[in-house]
Amino acid sequence: MTTTARPPLQTAPPTAPRRRATREGGTLRRVVGLLVLGAGALVFLFPFYYMIVGALQREPDPTPAGAFPDPGNLTLDNLAAINARVDLLRTLLNSAIFTGGVIVLTLVLGLLAGYALARLEFRGRGLVFGAMLLTLVLPFQLLMIPLYVMIVRTYGLADSYLGMILPFAVNATAVFIFRQFFRSLPADLFEAARVDGASELQILLRIAIPMSRPAILTAVIVTFIGPWNEFLWPFLVTKQASMQPLAVALANFITTVAASMANPFGAILAGATVLAIPAVVVFLVFQRHFLQTDISAGIKG
Amino acid sequence: MSAIATSGTTRRPLQRVFGRHPIGALFALPYAIFWVALFAWPLGLAVYMSFYDYFFAAPGAEVERPFVGLANYVQAFGDPSVRRAALNVAIFILINVPLTVALAMVLATALNSAIPFRTFFRAAYYVPYVTASVAMVSVWLWLFSSGGLVNQILGAAAPDPSWLVNSFWAMPIIALFATWKQLGFYVLLYLAALQNIPDTLYEAAMVDGAGVVRRFFAVTVPGVRQATTLVVILATIVGANFFTEPYLLTGGGGPNGASVSPVLLMYQEGIEQGDAGYAAAIGVVLAVVVMAISLTYRFVFEREDA
Repeated sequence: MTTTARPPLQTAPPTAPRRRATREGGTLRRVVGLLVLGAGALVFLFPFYYMIVGALQREPDPTPAGAFPDPGNLTLDNLAAINARVDLLRTLLNSAIFTGGVIVLTLVLGLLAGYALARLEFRGRGLVFGAMLLTLVLPFQLLMIPLYVMIVRTYGLADSYLGMILPFAVNATAVFIFRQFFRSLPADLFEAARVDGASELQILLRIAIPMSRPAILTAVIVTFIGPWNEFLWPFLVTKQASMQPLAVALANFITTVAASMANPFGAILAGATVLAIPAVVVFLVFQRHFLQTDISAGIKG
Repeated sequence: MSAIATSGTTRRPLQRVFGRHPIGALFALPYAIFWVALFAWPLGLAVYMSFYDYFFAAPGAEVERPFVGLANYVQAFGDPSVRRAALNVAIFILINVPLTVALAMVLATALNSAIPFRTFFRAAYYVPYVTASVAMVSVWLWLFSSGGLVNQILGAAAPDPSWLVNSFWAMPIIALFATWKQLGFYVLLYLAALQNIPDTLYEAAMVDGAGVVRRFFAVTVPGVRQATTLVVILATIVGANFFTEPYLLTGGGGPNGASVSPVLLMYQEGIEQGDAGYAAAIGVVLAVVVMAISLTYRFVFEREDA
């Protein structure tokens, strides 16, 4: 770190931005950079490509040549095969209800708490904020056994949507998103409405929420990924096949049924593709929302 | 104005107790209720259960669940499965942290320079992170199955027994899978950290005659130290909390529990075997250890910064 002490006077090209400097570094460096990034992209994307290839192959071909399949060997039969064992429509619907329930609950709790934490002074505000931070520090898995005892054993919510949804309601990320957003709005806006005699509920419903569409969208998208991809909790709560979300049903298929099939990997990968597509599409369409939020949430955590 | 003033005076007692906007407490109440019911209460229950012989009985049956003091904890510290799970977390950290730090830093540095297709690369790295573990595990199961693509390429060099049923390789494959799946998140973390390094540092280093490599180690690496601390802390948390990977990828914890994780163990002991008190004790130990480790890391790294 000795370089920090050097006075800026001695810098040869005074304030050349780093981007420019890199560009001047020459084409060789850009080519090397591109090769590194390209190799990385290949490693990240190949499994997705291979998942789709495997899902479409009539005869599974694990040889290197099989990664570039013969169009004659492609079929949608595997989709029918998995659908015969795992009711795809039903499990997708379960995933959607589970995810939708978590999103609605998160939005209601998050908007109210986020507005209160950002714009209202009340006794206990610091306490609520601290409580929220605590959920980020403690691993969810510590709560796994007691939540199972409460929800499945005590309240009999096994094989119910409510049982799946409830533990995901204490979502600090959404509260954070709304708190940050409401803080970023000008204070005059709220003061003016108060002077005009609007109640806090009216301010929240008529002013704050209509203005926070971008924050709501971000919260919906970021919240969507969690329950859609979640395996452990719905796996613990649902034993009936008709209540299982797709991730759970597919996992059970992998561990039990698959071994008895002619082309188990074809069926598994067809199911995996169906499970992966909604989340990947949501990500690709709303990329911007993910990249910002996860970083800030990550740094705070 | 006078109307507001009078309404202000009538509200005063309420405001004296609850602050300037008493309704704020009402707005925060739903979240607080859920927090108490689904966070604080189960947290207390976890600690309570861990001191009792808390097991599941048939529905409706009245059973005694006696207080057993520290017996569950004593059992946990003597349990070879718990030791194996702890070792596995260590193996995971040893593989995951260096790989993640090195790869994420290099990819983020490359992304940070003026390069075409940046958006594409950024998205490509991030896709595995937002895709369901169950879906991604399916592909890895196929890739690393005994007749799978990886072994086809390796030919005679393929391990026997194959990766996922090999007691030596089961855990490293899980670590590799997790590294692959989460790297995109860390690339972006480092990319954000790189924005905070002032350009003058690079310029000064250049004036001093430092080359690309020297600049990377003298300016970039120390400049992103906070992000690196976070990688270590998150790797500890992730390593301790695996479930899907050992359960699905290595068929319920690998041969002889070679890839068992603390959470998988809690599932097996607490829910499959019905010994919930013991599983809760493992959970408490796990949470305490994870928090102690992350606090230590933070303390050590932040002191060095000062």
